[in-house]
Amino acid sequence: MDTRISTPAAGRPPAAPAVPLYPLSLRVNGQEHQLHVEAWVSLLDLLRDRLALTGTKKGCDQGQCGACTVLVDGKRVNSCLTLALMQEGRSITTVEGLADGNALHPLQQAFVRHDAFQCGYCTPGQLCSGVGLMNEGQAQDRAQVRELMSGNVCRCGAYPQIVAAMAEVMQLPDETNDHHRDDGAGARVGTVPA
Amino acid sequence: MNPLSFVVPFDQSAALEQIRSEGARFVAGGTNLIDLMKERIMLPQRLVDINRLPLDAIEEGDDGSLVLGALARNAATAYHPLVLERYPLLSAAILAGASPQIRNMASNGGNLLQRTRCHYFYDAEVPCNKREPGTGCPAIGGLSRQHAILGASSACIATHPSDMCVALAALEAVVQVASQRGERQIAFADFHQLPGDTPEIDTNLAPDELITSISLPPAGQFAGHSIYLKLRERASYAFALVSVAAMLDIGEDGAIREARVALGGVAHKPWRVPAAEPLLHGAPDAGRFAVFAERLLEGAQGQGGNDFKITMARRAIVRALNMAVAGTYNNTGHTNGTVMTRGAA
Repeated sequence: MDTRISTPAAGRPPAAPAVPLYPLSLRVNGQEHQLHVEAWVSLLDLLRDRLALTGTKKGCDQGQCGACTVLVDGKRVNSCLTLALMQEGRSITTVEGLADGNALHPLQQAFVRHDAFQCGYCTPGQLCSGVGLMNEGQAQDRAQVRELMSGNVCRCGAYPQIVAAMAEVMQLPDETNDHHRDDGAGARVGTVPA
Repeated sequence: MNPLSFVVPFDQSAALEQIRSEGARFVAGGTNLIDLMKERIMLPQRLVDINRLPLDAIEEGDDGSLVLGALARNAATAYHPLVLERYPLLSAAILAGASPQIRNMASNGGNLLQRTRCHYFYDAEVPCNKREPGTGCPAIGGLSRQHAILGASSACIATHPSDMCVALAALEAVVQVASQRGERQIAFADFHQLPGDTPEIDTNLAPDELITSISLPPAGQFAGHSIYLKLRERASYAFALVSVAAMLDIGEDGAIREARVALGGVAHKPWRVPAAEPLLHGAPDAGRFAVFAERLLEGAQGQGGNDFKITMARRAIVRALNMAVAGTYNNTGHTNGTVMTRGAA
């Protein structure tokens, strides 16, 4: 059996269709970027592959896990579900942009204090999502934090520590037996009481 | 490689011109379309990015209606003070759907145009009448846990995934659309289609038409007794197995004067039977609610894996009505000035 890998015929290579590149201006973590990108490049791939900002993680690449969460003009979004070109002129903040120099963001400090991660893969998305949640100002207790963090999956199961870290930074009231609150004793956001 | 071009019109007439080019599609939030493009389920040749069009306002109409811009984001809509005050059912439904990130991205117009989440539709390796007409429907006789019990056909048993649309059906929203041929209004009940023998067509929107806004007629009489009950596989961030949008107008004597109920997760479009709703008029009565539930579910048929949905829907309808009698849940978790009492369920 012939197992040789076929090679292009000698002479001219097959003509590749011209791939249009589009100009793109973005501010990422405070720095202006002028880029040229193909139409189909997601914001996530742009950040990781073109700007080498690999803190933002590609988990599912279909909006189910939240590992790719970044802030666009302060609002949390899934960077895998939007094209880079759709963000023309926007200001993007990734996990690399949360700290102020060497001073960690208060939520990052709280994650360290509360051991709010194990493998760490979801952590950049959790942090950006948590900052986005605080910007939104809708969560007023831990049950609401849990509901409004439901777009970020943690396969290690660090959820209680993540909620504790956020509750500390948000100065939410202390709730003992907090993880028992999903029994319908209080109205939960996003769903009616069971 | 799929050749893809990208244009950004800055006014509506340019957008309506661009959409007429071969293989063009509008993109707004992108949360469904970009995903479907990655899976090679939808392969537009040109994306017309409409995010620069001035269609993101939420404002009062001349006739007492509230006009939701097609590009207003789902989160901005759900938390808008006038929506919370007058249409808490809509806030509740939006906040029961997707995740905060997706709600920040997804546009109101795009929410209406979501494709089904049927896993056969999403798998380009298997036949699907919705994706490739005439190839068959493996969901029939296959894994049908998520699938329709009402209004399905021998060609397609997919469900519509939206929560927001279930509320819009109950609220009798009106969809405003524009094309180069002019503008028109589509009553919400007429917007989505049942699959019939053309499951590849989800809506009555023509390929060259742009949703510009969604109007909500006045519904203040229902604001105190509205609920969106969503039953799903986990507490949050999952599509509905069965959902119920219920809104009641209850008089001072405690009697129901008007009732509207729409179901999600059970059909190719939000399911409503307006002719049955007068059955709910009069003093709230669980027995009457059960009779109504039977009427709303008339003709329901399981596919094996989703037989449970019939019982689940029957109970959910009664429970939602009992809860709506007791008050309103806007699903923000806090009151924002609207009634939010605990249900009687």
